[in-house]
Amino acid sequence: MSNTIFESKKPDFSPIKGTSALITTIDKVVNWGRAGSLWPMTFGLACCAIEMMAAGAAHYDLDRFGVLFRASPRQADLIIIAGTVTYKMAPVIRRVYDQMPEPRYVMAVGSCACSGGIFNTYSTVQGVDTFLPVDVYIPGCPPRPEAFFDGIFRLQEKIKKEEFRWSRWR
Amino acid sequence: MEIAQGNDLYTEELTLNMGPQHPATHGVLRLVLRVDGEVVKDCIPHVGYLHRGVEKLSEFRSYPSVMPLTDRLDYISSMINNIGYCIAVERLMSIEVPMRAKYIRTVLAELTRISSHLLWLATHALDIGAMTVFLYCFREREYVLGLFEELIGARLTVSYPRIGGVRCDITEGFLEGVKSFIRDFPRHIREYETLIDQNRIWLQRTKGIGVISGEEALRWGLTGPTLRGSGVNYDVRKKAPYDAYDEIDFDVPIGKNGDVYDRYRCRMEELRQSVRIIEQCLDNMPQGDILAEEAPELDMNPKGHRVLEGEFSRWGASIAFTNEYATVPKGELYSAVEAPKGELGFYIVSDGTGRPYRLRLRAPSFVHASAIPRLCKGHMIADVIAVIGTIDIVMGECDR
Repeated sequence: MSNTIFESKKPDFSPIKGTSALITTIDKVVNWGRAGSLWPMTFGLACCAIEMMAAGAAHYDLDRFGVLFRASPRQADLIIIAGTVTYKMAPVIRRVYDQMPEPRYVMAVGSCACSGGIFNTYSTVQGVDTFLPVDVYIPGCPPRPEAFFDGIFRLQEKIKKEEFRWSRWR
Repeated sequence: MEIAQGNDLYTEELTLNMGPQHPATHGVLRLVLRVDGEVVKDCIPHVGYLHRGVEKLSEFRSYPSVMPLTDRLDYISSMINNIGYCIAVERLMSIEVPMRAKYIRTVLAELTRISSHLLWLATHALDIGAMTVFLYCFREREYVLGLFEELIGARLTVSYPRIGGVRCDITEGFLEGVKSFIRDFPRHIREYETLIDQNRIWLQRTKGIGVISGEEALRWGLTGPTLRGSGVNYDVRKKAPYDAYDEIDFDVPIGKNGDVYDRYRCRMEELRQSVRIIEQCLDNMPQGDILAEEAPELDMNPKGHRVLEGEFSRWGASIAFTNEYATVPKGELYSAVEAPKGELGFYIVSDGTGRPYRLRLRAPSFVHASAIPRLCKGHMIADVIAVIGTIDIVMGECDR
């Protein structure tokens, strides 16, 4: 995946002169809507969830980017795996993920969710990507709220590139 | 199906599964509730959803490198976990910590207590329904975490203390920050209290909920503010002083009724006492070393020996020598500190090598989780949330 910052930016829409109308594709409109209102599920597992809360609180304020935490998987687009995943917890997470409606995205926050981190033990899942399709990985133990923001932005960029229901990025 | 008649009206008992994914269970606690209508008849807590094997993992690490694991036990107050572990190992190795390091640790421990209690108040109030308190508390919490970052470089998982002292000396900027924080913070505490202290909804949701008598709380093994809310004067900082607490004058706030409201009052008073402790520590901060001479190196070898290499010359020839000194004695010990949640104990069994043979943690959250059924019984489902909040449970140290 090339770095999107250095790509030339094509206009998403072309206005028709003299009218209040514009021409664009349905993909662009849908992606714009999806990327602008990512609703993650309130799902804290361990330490990283505290930084996730800090990112959602007044100082950093995730609401600015259209990110509102929802308590039910039925209302969520994004599941944020923030913390250590154990073998006892993994089926629960999978079940919660299955309850989410399409399109759904997964973000692995922190070293534990990415790769198991320092907990290389009998009870810890070595990376959440062993049972979930992860879209964005955020390393750190725990990652700062700024790193968390970066993950959200990367995910938004990724969503904006989707062309079909299952694009080449998934 | 039977049709109830007259006085035989009854409702069937319902089993309700709460968690492990629930926004108010503070992590991954699972409660299986048996409810009769809205009233909780029975409650079984299920723990272990965050069991990471910390105790086992630490048996394969040398004493200094167990420290990052203790950070992630009670991740809200990681500094106090570190200090508790350091004190346990220092007592095992009989290392005398320099006074300056003790004072620095005390300041940082109390800052951690403030940040932990702020997070507790934020989430507790949010669960009960007061959203504004959450935003106010996080404002001050961010300030404290910013101070940590300035001194240590990490916000949550600090690993700042060392066995025998602390890692680096406090900076001028940090001192200025702490001073301005303790100047403004009492005003902020009053701010929180204006929001909820006399709020009618808050009083109805907290008064008379989760009542436990002092005697019974002791039998359940409760510690910390959860015990003190029931009127028992037990604080490790007073009963078995560590660091600089025996030289500092502070009060231990005690509740009376042992309900959710009294425990809330206790913690709010503790915030004020923490400010007092920090003030005194900054005034009496001694000069000197920050790390003891006999402190083990970070790359302590697995045997636990300290290697001394050198050479001496005799009769015109230079002879190199290597001496190994054992630094960790055999034995076992229990040492406890007062964490924001309660008494955090470390029980270390040492076989004389550089690794703990067994490291057992007495985590307050685990003990408190066992008291949830007792506190919930007979209350409404909505009060279960208040009870989970009031015992201030963190699953990281409960499941370990």
